[in-house]
Parts: sequence; structure tokens; C-alpha cells
Amino acid sequence: MSLEAELRCRMGQLDLEVEIKARDDEVVAFLGPNGAGKTTALRILAGLRGVDAGRVELDGATLDDAEAGVFVVPELRPIGVVFQDYLLFPYLSALDNVAFGLRSRGRRKAAARATAREWLERVGLADHAASRPAALSGGQAQRVALARALATEPRLLLLDEPLAALDVSARGEIRRELRRHLRSFEGVRLLVTHDPVDAATLADRLVVIEDGRVSQSGTFDAISAHPRSPYVADLVGLNLFHGRANEGVVTTDGGGELAIAERGVEGEVFAVVSPRAVALYSDEPHGSPRNRWAGTVTDVDVVASRVRVRIDGPVPLVAEVTRAAVQELGLEPGSRVWSAAKATEIDVYEA
Amino acid sequence: MVVAAVVAVAFFVIPLLGLLQRTPWSTLWADLTTPEARDALRLSLVCSVSATVLATVFGVPLAWVLARVDFPGRALVRALVLLPMVVPPVVGGVALLYAFGRSGLVGELLYDWFGLQLTFSTAGAVLAETFVAMPFLVLTVEAGLRTMDTRYEDAAATLGANRWTTFRRVTLPFLMPSLVAGAALAWARALGEFGATITFAGNIQGRTQTMPLAVYLALQSQPEGAIALSLVLLAVSVVVLVMLRDRWFPTVTPRRA
Repeated sequence: MSLEAELRCRMGQLDLEVEIKARDDEVVAFLGPNGAGKTTALRILAGLRGVDAGRVELDGATLDDAEAGVFVVPELRPIGVVFQDYLLFPYLSALDNVAFGLRSRGRRKAAARATAREWLERVGLADHAASRPAALSGGQAQRVALARALATEPRLLLLDEPLAALDVSARGEIRRELRRHLRSFEGVRLLVTHDPVDAATLADRLVVIEDGRVSQSGTFDAISAHPRSPYVADLVGLNLFHGRANEGVVTTDGGGELAIAERGVEGEVFAVVSPRAVALYSDEPHGSPRNRWAGTVTDVDVVASRVRVRIDGPVPLVAEVTRAAVQELGLEPGSRVWSAAKATEIDVYEA
Repeated sequence: MVVAAVVAVAFFVIPLLGLLQRTPWSTLWADLTTPEARDALRLSLVCSVSATVLATVFGVPLAWVLARVDFPGRALVRALVLLPMVVPPVVGGVALLYAFGRSGLVGELLYDWFGLQLTFSTAGAVLAETFVAMPFLVLTVEAGLRTMDTRYEDAAATLGANRWTTFRRVTLPFLMPSLVAGAALAWARALGEFGATITFAGNIQGRTQTMPLAVYLALQSQPEGAIALSLVLLAVSVVVLVMLRDRWFPTVTPRRA
């Protein structure tokens, strides 16, 4: 069982063009900033909007094919959707919400309710069967929404920002719970999120969507080790540079130079350096680090016991240092500062 | 400003006092149970309820089309639907007469083919009341449809509900407050209808003489009866007002998400 899709669609500012492949033994997350087209892609897969070009195939059956004029309406697709804000019907009990899909598909009321009860039990909400959605907590509503989507036994489960509506304090536990439920579902699972923590915990594979295009895909570890866009680098907290490598030196697009330890790479590359690997000095340092860059502090941001210092210059970067260091160097926006990093701390890979 | 406002309030309150101070409380029950009054009460109830049912059966689909289907000339159709709210009811009655009357545009065919005559019949009174009342329902329900969160309908579709099931199990429940308000408004309007009814259906006791018509007629001969019936109409209006106090009037301008 698998999903294969090629989507192309224009909608206002958005120009979406993505290719999606997902198997039934993995959970895939669309990760990206707001307005990147993640939710639009999900709505297309659900059949809630059409494509301008492209096709959607689920288990070999065509759901969408712009050229052939095939379009299967949402009610005939074997899908389950957990919407952002859950969209539980407020005038129905939790039980009837879960039974809704079965009833719509022609199941008798009693039979539909019996199955719905089993699903509520499975998500641990048997006691809340009679409750209206307004009486449920955010986490409970999410589980009802999940049960409602799963009760019709779909082959494709789509989740749109399943944790965004929850309080931060409740998220951790609900996330673990959701992860468990997602593991037990047999079918293609696709979720949309803008939160890298959700993506990392819930999904086996990430598809990063930026500006309507897939900018990167792979496991969270692979993506966070080798970001290929400023957005991803920012999410995982790395300094990212794009430039050309030549004989141990990367010349960045901004005109800066980075000395690197690796010899094998040449041509267009990405280079990353962790903010923790960057040291700061008030005067030009003399020592082993081969990278020394002059710059101006633009921003000083205290994060717990550490301080993130943003520096502008030929090589703009973020350094993470201790509070003591900031005081000793007298760092504040506008201060002149030297930053240094060992060549071995710079990771380089092909662009 | 305050003085003018007080004058305005007085202007609304004094007629009520006028009506109440002339109310023959001791004979009120007797006045309401004369054969004329009972006929008028019964007929008004039958006609206004029938008109409300008709307005709902045809008005809800019309409101749905106006709110959800994008077609050329939609603004024109909406204007035509709202026309009965602004034309003088008498004019509406005259128009109905030349449309559904014995020799009217459609009325002639109805009579020739089915022997159906709407003028001077209870059906005619219902028709006249529906004509003036339906716009209130359409307007209210359309506003309700436009402010509704359509994502719930999307959710229903992904759960396997076809259009009809979605309408029945999702759209209608969300629409219920608007529908109740619209039906109440339409009913109140139908109940008070005078001009179009008397012009189109005439003023026949027991057949087309509804309460407002009976009030008008009784005022010359038997004012106590007129006041008693007026009081009933007033009480009904107050009940509708109280029922709808939270949404008087509903939003007419479309709100877009």
C-alpha cells in the first residue's frame, strides 16, 4: 500500500508543485512555514480541492488525474482526516461524532454506535461517549477527532496540525499518545506541522515544504545534520552558508571565507557550523582556530543560561556563549567583535 | 439629542398606552370568542403557519443557492426576492391578482387546466402571505449560511457524507438558529399581512378574513372586538421579539471568512 502524488496548483500567492511518495509502513510529516502550501497539499489529497495538473494515486487506484479528467469526490475516497481545530460537530455527542462516518457510509445507527464505542474505548474515552465536544479538553477532542477519522478504516490518514490547538503544557503527553496511535494504524499516514518537535517525534520521514516546493526530505536526523535551506538551518539552530569550495576554503555567496578541514569536496556546497562552536573575542585572536571573522553584534538574546549573539559581517552568524562571556566582553548591539571557529567544526556537504 | 430621543420613545409608547387604556378587559374573552373573531383567529393561524411552512420549504433551498452557488445574475435574483419587503403590500396584491387571478398570467391556465381559483380562497390568502413573508426567511437563512464555518461541511465530506447527507446532518443543525429566527420573522410578517391579502384574496369571513382584516372591519362597527384582536396580535409580536432579542436584526451584509 502506498501513496504517490504529483501536485501542481496555483492559488493566490501560492504556486504549489510537489511530488509525494509515502508507504504504509512510515509516518510522513510535511514540515514548513505558514503559507508554504502544506495544508493545500493535504486538502488536495483529501479531494477538498482539485489540482491544476498532476495526479494522485492511492494503492494503485487513481484519485486525481488532471489530464485524464479523473477526480474522485472526497466522500468516495478511502481517507480519514484530522482537521486543525478538530472540527467536531458541536451538536453531536462524542459517540455520534465518531459514528458519523459509518452512518454516512450506510451503516445502521445501532451498529455504527457499537463500532464508534469500540473506537472511543481504544482512545481511552469510553467514559466520555455522551459528552458534547464543548465539554471535552483539547487533548480529548483530538482523540475523538482521531477516532472519528479512523472509524471508517481509511487507507490514508491525513492530519492537519494535530497539536497546534493544544496548550503547550499538555502537548508533550498528548504528542506521545498520538505517536502511539499513529504507530498502530495500518495505512499511509501523513501529517502537516510547522513545529519541528512534532515532526521529529511523530514522523519517520520529513518532507520540508517551502514556498510551494519540497526543499528537503529525509529523516529528522539527516535533515538536521545537513540543512539545505535557511529555514531548516534556523529550525535546528545551525549557521548555514552556501558557497563554493576550493582547496580547503569555502567562499560564501556573501563574499566571506571559511577554512574547512575536509579535502574531498569541491564546487557548490553548503557549510554548517554550530553556534556553540563559535568563540568570541574583543580583539583579533591569535591561536589555532583558522577561521577569524570581524563583525558587529546586531542582537543579544538570552536563552536560559546561554546567550545567543547574532553577528553581522562578511560571515554573518549566531554564536552561543555564556552570560559571563557576554559581560566580560561587554557585548551589546553595535559592539565590534571577533568570532572564531576551528576548521574541523565546519561541516561541508554538496549543495 | 436626549430630548429628541425621549420624544421618539414616547412616540412608540403612547400608541401602546392608547390601545391598552381602551381595552375592555371585562368583556375581552367574550369579544375574542364571537364567531367573527374565532373565524379570524383560526384562519390567521392556519394561513400564517401554512405560509411559514411554504416559505421554509422553498426559501431554504433558495437561500442555499444564493449563498453557495455562484451564477451570473445572482445579485439580480436576490434583489427580486427582496422586492416584496419593500413594495407596498397593496401593490404586491395587485401584482398577484394579475399573475394568479382568474384572468392572470398563470391564474388563467390554473383555472382552465385544473379548475383552480386562488382569488377569494384561503389558498389565495396563504399565497399572499407567503409572498410577503418569504423574503424574511430567505434573508435570515442566507446570512446564516454565509457566516457558517464551511470547514465542517468539508469534514463531513471526508467522512463519506454526500451532499444531501452533509446538508441534512451538518448544514441544517448549524443553520437551526437562523432558520428558527427566519421562520419566526416570516410567521410574524404573515400573521400581520393586510394589504396583499385583502387585494388578492378579498375579505370573506371564514375564508380569507384574517385577524388584521377583521380588525380593520370591526373598527367601524364594533371597536371592542377590534381592540381585542389587536391585543392578540400585539402579544404575538412581543413574544417573537423576546424570542429573537439576541439577533434582532440578523446580519444582512455577507461576511466572508
